[in-house]
Amino acid sequence: MKKILAICISMVLILICFAGCGNSLTLNVYNWGEYISDGSEGTFDTIHEFEKWYEETYGQKITVNYSTFASNEDMYSKISSGAVSYDVIIPSDYMIARMASENLLLPLNFDNIPNYKYIDDSFKGLYYDTENQYTVPYAYGIVGVIYDANVVDEADTGDWDLMWNEKYSGKILQFNNSRDAFGTAIYKLGLDVNSADKAVWDQAYDELLVQRPYVYSYVMDEIYNMMEAGEAAIGAYYAGDYFTMVDAQAENVDLQFYYPERTNLYVDAMCIPSCAKNKELAEIFINYMLSEEPAIANAEYTYYASPNSLVYNNASYIEDMGEEAMAVLYPEMESFSALYNQYAYQNLDAETLDYINTLWENVKIN
Amino acid sequence: MKLSSKIYSAVIFGFLFAPIAVLLVFSFNEAKSLSVFSGFSLKWYDELIHDSNTLEALSNTLILAASATAISTIMGTFAAVGINKLRTKWYRSVMNTVTDIPMTNPDIITGISLMLMFVFVGRLFGASSSLNFGTMLIAHVTFCTPYVILQVLPKLQQMDSSLPEAAMDLGCTPMGAFLKVELPEILPGIITGAIMAFTLSLDDFVISYFTAGTGFETLPIRIYSMTKKTVSPKMYALATIIFFVTLSLLLISNVVDNKDSRKLRELQKSQKQ
Repeated sequence: MKKILAICISMVLILICFAGCGNSLTLNVYNWGEYISDGSEGTFDTIHEFEKWYEETYGQKITVNYSTFASNEDMYSKISSGAVSYDVIIPSDYMIARMASENLLLPLNFDNIPNYKYIDDSFKGLYYDTENQYTVPYAYGIVGVIYDANVVDEADTGDWDLMWNEKYSGKILQFNNSRDAFGTAIYKLGLDVNSADKAVWDQAYDELLVQRPYVYSYVMDEIYNMMEAGEAAIGAYYAGDYFTMVDAQAENVDLQFYYPERTNLYVDAMCIPSCAKNKELAEIFINYMLSEEPAIANAEYTYYASPNSLVYNNASYIEDMGEEAMAVLYPEMESFSALYNQYAYQNLDAETLDYINTLWENVKIN
Repeated sequence: MKLSSKIYSAVIFGFLFAPIAVLLVFSFNEAKSLSVFSGFSLKWYDELIHDSNTLEALSNTLILAASATAISTIMGTFAAVGINKLRTKWYRSVMNTVTDIPMTNPDIITGISLMLMFVFVGRLFGASSSLNFGTMLIAHVTFCTPYVILQVLPKLQQMDSSLPEAAMDLGCTPMGAFLKVELPEILPGIITGAIMAFTLSLDDFVISYFTAGTGFETLPIRIYSMTKKTVSPKMYALATIIFFVTLSLLLISNVVDNKDSRKLRELQKSQKQ
């Protein structure tokens, strides 16, 4: 009798656990951390505004579950495990290419996303989604070199050579991940960052060994504090993050920024994964994100450049950002797509990736 | 000799508390920077109160920790009582070892294996997304329960086994003897176990990370995903608050403890006389 009771209780417990999903309308959004205007410091609260807007427009209550990830790989492992179901995700370009090739994305119905027309044409047909089936670009960025004008001589700036300049030995920061670090060396040499030719990577490896004695530290987000405090004077990072550093720089530090001739460009785009439960709602959400107010609020919050013409042509946005920021975030270029398809990181085959990682370990050990 | 031992403890305390001190100081910084202290301000505390996502993550974490603690304390206590009653020696040591496994297993293995199991069972039932609050709760109970057992079992062994026997001799039902005699005796163990379970559940990241479903984000997961950009000073403010709440709880429990032991000592004294 007791045993039967125990079995019954455990069955009920299991059922409760799997009966979590009711019929209420929910939308699950999975985005990078700190990558949406969330209402802090008096900004626009995108998620709550969307819930309000939806109820006013469609007369139905809706709950948005908003979760965040720290890297494309984290997001990928979660989605591909099949354990969760998200309706909208915002990964980066190379991950989109990979997910599309593994059938993890659904083609979008652009009838539900009329605001797609505001996306600049140069952000369409990029390598990760050549037929514009799966993605709506959310933000993009370009890697540039940040330097402290109180330490670095203006005449030395302009290209990647600054990061190899012996004069600033012990003041230089290099990326602490293989792809980005090798990228700087390959751009400096003028080679192809997506090459499958080992000789290219060997040459880059030699460059990194030359640079090694001058490097103060290999960093990722530690770069913020080191640059802000004047601990280091030269480092490469994303344009949007440069402004975050300027906001917090110490008194005796004067951070400046420039783009080398060849550099990495990236795009983060909104997609609907194949595990989505409510595709139409997801498309409505994507469309909402492209409308004027949320798009501007997000661009101002994240400090990244927006591919949305409603944003970069908006007078108050341009005024809020300031002339200098606009010049850095939206550099004049003939065609984004041409540069992008030439210089952006694409998915490498596993063998090349292994090879790079082995070389990279040697750089750090030597 | 004395000086060197003082220096030694100073260094140890320095290592233990310097990080917390830095966090505490910079939570009052006016600027966002971790390098420049530009002035005292409560700005980040104000920001924190208005950050509904973080507050929701905090309440999620507390709800999860409280429910995991409640369930694992009850389950762990029952398990300890059961193990203590086992008379077959080998069976008993098998049970002891088995309950130790989740404790000695690396978090990452517990996390991944739990996730795989949830996905498998979920597929079996035809659920499209198998991870939710329930699965996270099961995972937390799984790694908290052994710690409760570990705390309660020694108390049971210390207890004179003739006490409940005497109670039953005097007419108590077995249940009554457990509730009135055994339970008060092992209560300190249960409380320590519950506190341990609560703190473990509160700061667990790895296992939660693998078993978290959509829309239920705990605080450690939220903070981790902030590392693409810099972690906002709001989090320093939150950590400072959590630190002081824990500190005051600790102080209170110590004061209560001291009072209890003083009472006990007085009692023993009066008995001797």
